[in-house]
Amino acid sequence: MNLLKLSASYLRAKALNTGLQVVLFALGIGTITLLLLATTQLDQRMRRDAQGIDLVIGAKGSPLQIILSAIYHLDVPTGNISYTQAKTIAAHRAVKKTIPLALGDSYRGFRIAGTNHDYVAHYGATLGAGRLWEKPLDAVIGAEVAARTGHGLGAKFAGAHGLGDGGDAHEGTDYTVVGVLAPSGTVLDRLVLTSVETVWAVHAQHQGIHDIENAAAQMKDEDKEYTALLVQYASPLAAAILPRYVNNNSDMQAASPAYETARLFSIIGVGTDVLRGFALVLVFSAALSVFIALYNALEERRYDLAIMRTLGASPGRLMALLMGEGMLLAGIGGVCGIALGHLFTEMTGMAMRTAQQGSITGLIWLPEEFIVLALAVAVGALAALVPAWRAYRTDIAGTLARG
Amino acid sequence: MFELQQLTHHYDGAEVLRVEDWSAAQGAQWLLLGPSGSGKTTLLHILAGILRPTAGRAIIAGQDVSDLSASALDRFRGRNIGIVLQRLHLLPSLTVAQNVQLAQYLAGLPQDATRVDEVLAGLDLADKADARPHALSHGQAQRAAIARAVVNRPRLLLADEPTSNLDDARCAQALDLLLTQAAACGATLVIATHDQRVRARVAHHYQLGAAS
Repeated sequence: MNLLKLSASYLRAKALNTGLQVVLFALGIGTITLLLLATTQLDQRMRRDAQGIDLVIGAKGSPLQIILSAIYHLDVPTGNISYTQAKTIAAHRAVKKTIPLALGDSYRGFRIAGTNHDYVAHYGATLGAGRLWEKPLDAVIGAEVAARTGHGLGAKFAGAHGLGDGGDAHEGTDYTVVGVLAPSGTVLDRLVLTSVETVWAVHAQHQGIHDIENAAAQMKDEDKEYTALLVQYASPLAAAILPRYVNNNSDMQAASPAYETARLFSIIGVGTDVLRGFALVLVFSAALSVFIALYNALEERRYDLAIMRTLGASPGRLMALLMGEGMLLAGIGGVCGIALGHLFTEMTGMAMRTAQQGSITGLIWLPEEFIVLALAVAVGALAALVPAWRAYRTDIAGTLARG
Repeated sequence: MFELQQLTHHYDGAEVLRVEDWSAAQGAQWLLLGPSGSGKTTLLHILAGILRPTAGRAIIAGQDVSDLSASALDRFRGRNIGIVLQRLHLLPSLTVAQNVQLAQYLAGLPQDATRVDEVLAGLDLADKADARPHALSHGQAQRAAIARAVVNRPRLLLADEPTSNLDDARCAQALDLLLTQAAACGATLVIATHDQRVRARVAHHYQLGAAS
């Protein structure tokens, strides 16, 4: 026999009430856990994908759209930029490094990105099999692309125009998989990579150039286009010079990933704030129901409490008993809630994986969840505080005499 | 064993109890007699250390209870005094055995399952150890309450109206149990009652008058 067992025996005796309170706690804590897991992972992914990229230069349009399309590959590009202008930027003294991106096609919903080998190196990705692209129509696919299409080395496929599934297929320009990237947890997992020249060659067909192998060489520089240029600054000072230089001296648009993602999060933030508020309302109603249940139970347990005092229990013990009940309820609710939160997150992650929008998983554990659990228990203790105080003040002789 | 001197208790400014002098030897068995309203329950509560007298001395088991702090009094009560209340009241969420064990736990004594079994067996409740209080008859519940009161081998065993509402046969049984259980652990026994049937069975009597 101990206080915990005693608390548990009272909770068991009122199984239905206990169940309701546990469910309320679990729903509230579950929602908070879902938010915690989802936002932490999205935030991590977005940071990792934008890491080391100081500026993105794209065609004039929404800077947010440029970031979403060129870094996260979640949106359509604003347009294309000229190859010669991009070369000028790459040669600018404020620029340390640039990575070109030529976009436009996709394969089964995965974007085909024409770029150079620096793009792979930038994310520190390694090959799981095969080699990087060398010739036109060589393709290296990300780990998730490989997993979902089932393609391995040597597989051939045709790209479709546009980003969605079911665009016009480019006939006669089948890609060959020459490499598969190992999972890197970055946007590369969801991309089909090839050379910029391949993308040019595939689209040069519209201009009547059908020699894929030598298309790039036959094209005039004025006809060559990038979609975006990922820029790394040479020095922090560049942040003050380069964006203005680009926006004022060309028909291109510079977009800062740090600024735009912060803006994006502040937009998403409204949604998560609403959800978080909703979760707090749930936790509050759970606490209220614990408070009401304990407070009402005091009347019928008055005699129990007096008996415990006659058996030698100090007033502090009785207080601890009721506090223990509140905390036990909240603790059980909290543990169930965290489990529920992981389940919700995993289910959301599965839905997102189907939509090829990057993925989150419920199968990770964050240290912050301990804090969530501790907070739940603290809320339980708080809800039990007033009933516990009344138990502390039990007048034994009066209670026993009244019978 | 206990010694009460010039003891008075006031409730809402009125005197509800006055004891000039009453002392009992260890192991003695007493009846506390008096009409309703004479302060029997109040005196029993003072003996139990549940209530502190307004004035006077109460020395129980060699200890002046007014010298004890609140928490020391709680501990003292748990270890030295067993009480069988008129309303027996076992904790409904616990089994019979757990109710008895609770007395050990709350007194801060080691929890000894063998002792619990022994006491329950001595009161013919061995087969009810895992039953819930609501499944007990009145007689069984009273025996369980006695088990709870004696499990810690108290030095003072108190009973409040243990025979009221019982027929003659059950009255004799209940009294037997209290007398033998008190004797078994060497406890001083005080039974507060207005039941005339028990007078002949207990050697010492203390008569309270009506409240003045």
